[in-house]
Amino acid sequence: MKVAVQSAPFDLGAEVEAFTSGAEGAGAVVTFTGIVRPDEGLTAMDIEHYPGMTERAISGIVEEAVRRWSLADALVIHRYGSLKPGEAIMMVATAAPHRGDAFAAAEFLMDYLKSRAPFWKKESRDGGETWVAAKDADEEALKRW
Amino acid sequence: MIDVLYFAWVRERIGLPRERLETSAVTVADLITQLRAREERYAAAFADLSALRVALDQELSSFDAPLAGVREVAFFPPMTGG
Repeated sequence: MKVAVQSAPFDLGAEVEAFTSGAEGAGAVVTFTGIVRPDEGLTAMDIEHYPGMTERAISGIVEEAVRRWSLADALVIHRYGSLKPGEAIMMVATAAPHRGDAFAAAEFLMDYLKSRAPFWKKESRDGGETWVAAKDADEEALKRW
Repeated sequence: MIDVLYFAWVRERIGLPRERLETSAVTVADLITQLRAREERYAAAFADLSALRVALDQELSSFDAPLAGVREVAFFPPMTGG
């Protein structure tokens, strides 16, 4: 289990390879990568976080996933700071004996990271800056778990 | 003494990321009432509590939670991770 909160970019290929080779007993690895969507006019995405609570909250979410599903391993990397459109913001990877658990756990991690990990996104456009508002649908998504 | 932290637009509205306060507040709601009374920028930041979340010692909490033994209170908008 690995949780990393960092401003530096990560090497997706190297991370997936290291995670896969380290996941003993896994028959399935699922990965998800979140990318700054290159929306029209968007020049940058600034991600603020709450150092200390962020690592704690993400670790708690990963531990919960490990309790609920039969996982060989799980990984979360989430960046903060100023990112450009097209850059990777975060990734999750889950490894399990069978794909059902790996897919479900990856979705669970994403749903919880979305509204329970203390990150806040601010978009910069030519006209100025706006904080991204949380969506009701994101909160609603937690109910299915 | 209690450390009070602000994030995202709450930080911008109040104009600082954190401060250390001496407070007699018993609950988070009491602390908010005291903060609102300080200055207009606090009143503006705490105008709509439905737009705010609170964490006590880095755990998500609620506005009616007691502050006894708490060292760090953080106020922020709903989170937008992922």
